[in-house]
Amino acid sequence: MSTIKLTRPKLDAGEKIYFGALIKGFFLTLSHAVTSLRGKSIGAKGLNSTGLGVTMQYPETKWDDHMPEYYRGAPALVTDEQGRERCVSCQLCEFICPPKAIKIIPAEIPSDDRWAKVEKRPLAFDIDMIRCIYCGMCEEVCPEQAIYLRKDYAITGLTRADMVHDKKKLYEIGGVRIGLVNKWNELK
Amino acid sequence: MSDTPSATAELKLPKDIAAEKGLVNVQIDGSWYQFPKGTRMIEACRQVKVDVPYYCYHPKLTVPGNCRMCLVQMGMPPRPAPGQEPSRDESGYEPIGWMPRPAISCANTVAENMGIRTTGELVEKCREGVMEFLLINHPLDCPICDQAGECRLQEQSVGYGRGVSRFVDMKVKKPKNVDIGPRIRLDDERCIMCSRCIRFMDEVASDPVLGFTQRGTHTTLSVHPGRLLDSNYSLNTADICPVGALTSNDFRFQMRVWFLKETPSIDVNCGTGTNIIVHTRGNTIHRITPRQNNAVNSTWMPDSHRLNFHYIDSDSRLTEPLTLSNGKHTSITWQTAYQHAADQLRKFMPAQIAIIGSARMTNEELILLKTLRQTLSVPHLSLVPRLADPDQLLIAADRNPNTTGAQLILDTTDPYASLGTIRSAIQNNQIKALLVFGEDLITDAGFTHGELSNLDFLLQTHLLANPTANHAHLVLPGAAFAEKRGSMVNLSGRLQRLNRAVEPPLNAKDDWEIIRDLISAISGDTAKIFLIEDVFKHISATIPAFANLTLSKIGHQGTVIAETAYKIPLLENERARIASGVING
Amino acid sequence: MPVLIDLAIIITKIIAFTFLVVLPLVPLSVYFERRFSAIIQDRVGPNRVGIPLTLLGFKKDFHLWGLIQPIADGLKLFLKEDFTPAHVRKTFYWLAPALTVVPALITVCVIPFGPEITLFGRTEKLVIADIDIGPLFIFAISSLTVYGITLAGWSSNSKFPFIGGVRSTAQMISYEICLGLSVIPVLLYFGDLNLNNIVRQQAENGWLLLPFWKNGSLALPSLQTALFLIPAFIAFLIFTISIFAETNRMPFDLPECETELVGGYHTEYSSMKFAMFFMGEYAAMVIGSALIITLFLGGWSAGFGLDQYISNFAIGDFKFGGFIHLGIFLTKLLAFILFFILVRWTVPRFRYDQLMKLGWVIFFEAALINVFLAALIIAAPELTAAILIVGLILLAIVTAAVIWVAKISEPPAKVLRA
Repeated sequence: MSTIKLTRPKLDAGEKIYFGALIKGFFLTLSHAVTSLRGKSIGAKGLNSTGLGVTMQYPETKWDDHMPEYYRGAPALVTDEQGRERCVSCQLCEFICPPKAIKIIPAEIPSDDRWAKVEKRPLAFDIDMIRCIYCGMCEEVCPEQAIYLRKDYAITGLTRADMVHDKKKLYEIGGVRIGLVNKWNELK
Repeated sequence: MSDTPSATAELKLPKDIAAEKGLVNVQIDGSWYQFPKGTRMIEACRQVKVDVPYYCYHPKLTVPGNCRMCLVQMGMPPRPAPGQEPSRDESGYEPIGWMPRPAISCANTVAENMGIRTTGELVEKCREGVMEFLLINHPLDCPICDQAGECRLQEQSVGYGRGVSRFVDMKVKKPKNVDIGPRIRLDDERCIMCSRCIRFMDEVASDPVLGFTQRGTHTTLSVHPGRLLDSNYSLNTADICPVGALTSNDFRFQMRVWFLKETPSIDVNCGTGTNIIVHTRGNTIHRITPRQNNAVNSTWMPDSHRLNFHYIDSDSRLTEPLTLSNGKHTSITWQTAYQHAADQLRKFMPAQIAIIGSARMTNEELILLKTLRQTLSVPHLSLVPRLADPDQLLIAADRNPNTTGAQLILDTTDPYASLGTIRSAIQNNQIKALLVFGEDLITDAGFTHGELSNLDFLLQTHLLANPTANHAHLVLPGAAFAEKRGSMVNLSGRLQRLNRAVEPPLNAKDDWEIIRDLISAISGDTAKIFLIEDVFKHISATIPAFANLTLSKIGHQGTVIAETAYKIPLLENERARIASGVING
Repeated sequence: MPVLIDLAIIITKIIAFTFLVVLPLVPLSVYFERRFSAIIQDRVGPNRVGIPLTLLGFKKDFHLWGLIQPIADGLKLFLKEDFTPAHVRKTFYWLAPALTVVPALITVCVIPFGPEITLFGRTEKLVIADIDIGPLFIFAISSLTVYGITLAGWSSNSKFPFIGGVRSTAQMISYEICLGLSVIPVLLYFGDLNLNNIVRQQAENGWLLLPFWKNGSLALPSLQTALFLIPAFIAFLIFTISIFAETNRMPFDLPECETELVGGYHTEYSSMKFAMFFMGEYAAMVIGSALIITLFLGGWSAGFGLDQYISNFAIGDFKFGGFIHLGIFLTKLLAFILFFILVRWTVPRFRYDQLMKLGWVIFFEAALINVFLAALIIAAPELTAAILIVGLILLAIVTAAVIWVAKISEPPAKVLRA
């Protein structure tokens, strides 16, 4: 470990009295307030501000047209083009999930099922959206490209039970994802 | 130090020093070590904590040397020309001439002045090549495969593999999801032909039903036509399978192994006291696997014992203290239950009371049972015997796990002796109150409904709803073996520990606490024991065999505290095999 | 009968000033605090709570710029569970909030909100109690607030409140001295302790810090008044900063700084008991601002010689000029509260040792010297030149000595490691 020795800067008498800097500070703060009142804050336009400062007035104004490609909203399960559920319940997302929002009950696919060869699927797949922190680790870790973060962000409910997305709801949000997606590594 | 002793020491070469002890000098990755003659190279490396990857090798099985993963570079001193003295370095070792080709370390034994290199370009290239061949036909279904997380192929592919496959042809398709036995499922595509399962069934289980058919890349593991892999030891093949080719039907797709918490404990299904690991997630037991203990179960365990844990989670568990009123059981609090028991027992003469315990109880519970007997001054205390046919491997005839412990604690050669007396006394109405701990008298001791309804007061502690409980005036819910701590002594006199893997459900309580609280309710004294450790201290103070021991001193491998004539047949087989040099053990 | 009328008038004044002027100022300043803070930080602040017209079938709510927000906040605090933790010392725990809010409201009674109004031939001063010890009364009563905070910290029986309470006690006692000393030059100048008279003097002769008119017309100040601006300004600075410290406002909010002490002395309080601390704090801020305005910035006076003119506004018998002055006073008050907020978002929080050093080493001495300086200036016309010069030299020596002592007693600058 390197040690860097710092000495306090030498202050002249004016600086020591402190009032000069104080008054300068007042003017800085005030000028910021004035800019804000005039609706000219830095970044106001980019953040779709409506009114004071940089704040967007939700729900009158919404994010939707400002949403970037990489936006991370609610996680959801997807099926492939043949309607097969991609998830094989390997439980890696359950393992990686930092707030432990995912709960999977794995099960064997019955032998009379069309996809019996796949052997395994989730019997239940619950994501507790109260816990979810939208980090996207589940998407990143998924070896089957079965879970994706969609752009839904207004996840609301009246009870705790409402806020748990079950398998049906997750497929409803997720829909179909066709083909393999180059998630991170362009070469793969 | 003077010069003289070192001068004499210099005359003695390392090989002579080692030979005096029956050892040989081996250089592993640049350092010299001594090993007994006949040690396999892979064992030698393992003993000095040098990592050599392998699949087919198993210390308890013979060595076929067919996975080629344990390749190392081997070297021996060059043979001197006739009459020439070998050159030696300053420490007295001869220079090692390294062989240009690698050797498998599992099938070769160490020799004097041998050199082993487990690193270096040659070895690493070889391992990479072997890994690549193994993965040619291996399916990429790790997300589905149950072995993922404890798969040697996965681990070693990460450790020694290439990362990217160069194989462009179609993979060979083999049968998947094959039903080869009642408890085992086979996936032939995942098999890497290590033959561990074949050797296990042949050498340890003595039921050679497995074998390879076909040749080359089409080699397929299959079961003998007309036979099934239905041995009571079949699940051990799933344990030793380095990949997910053999998986347990019971555990299949239940839980990924990385979620499981491992608790070392012991099996309570027979007197052998097989060492086990209880795998749990949350408060649920997902599987039980054997734990290595060369003095008890080697690394094996019978299926019947391994799978006998589902009752712990079953719906028939008793979870509340129950009292019988008007022919129906209603739940009450523990406090009322103890008070009720104490009030009832005061109504009887000591001679009218009997206690029936269980040799499935831990030593701690038994000593408290003894105290309870003294508190009530009851003449009769018996345990319930449980005998069945032994299997000549691990399962003992005595299916009670703690018979030896009961003999030591209760200080009797036959703790089951007075069961008959108690039964006849009940029939004669001499005994009117019966305290039963952890036993179902009707199913396990042959008592009849009539006999039990003869009683004025019957208290039973048990895990599950059972016929005896129907007659019990007070039913107290106890804890299963995976829910409690304590110690037991197996048939060969080894004191071993049970550890708590999960919590008892709802209001069920650890049995020793139930007995302790019963004693204090009856005697009116406040209980002064709060920890199981204190109970064990009481045992070690009163029972000579347990002297100077504490629960933590027992250790995970147990401690021998009594001499018995009992020999575990499987261990006898294994010792014979070690003695003949077939295995290293 | 006249007694009854007097009583009715007094009660009316108490109710009007306390509950219709000062108490509404509390939520109002909370609203201003939130809105102004938001504006400074590029945010919007509370702008939604208004009249819920949609409930009555209209299409849109009338948001009223969020002015109803403080009422909603208050309602929320009323409806919250009033939880008393089991580990507190109940009596004092319950007493503490009252002890903070009551003194703050009592001090209202000497603040002159305006000169007087005349109605039905009666002339009434717009002050609850026109007593001749105004500032002293305020200092005496407002220093009782510290009991509330100390008791809250102690009776909560938990670490953070206790530290907050101890910090608050030390801070308030330290700054009370500066507060009292710094105001002496002002009182010397006016020669009066009646706040209403002080304001009246300022209305006639110019504000203490703005003495640019006399007897109703603009005029340059006399030499003495001009010279007195120096001690007056020093007194103003020390007094204002001490008021900041007294009211536990940024940058001196160490008793309740969230980053260190969770909530400080009111960590264990909830619901209305917490709201009372909150109210007491804001009431103290309002009273403090009022005092500063009264002493230094002309109180209800409009300045520029307009006061006489305003006072004479009348509709028949009803001379309502006092109400206009009341309006002027409240405007000044709100402006000063905005200044409080501006300071909050400009100056970072002091360290506790810096706070103590500022109070004891700088302000205490500066205020003392200031007293002598002011006295010298005031007494100058009656003194001979020699005495004046000796006095000035003595003052200079004392000042130099104080600065020198402060300097050598300062520990040498430490080498910081990064």
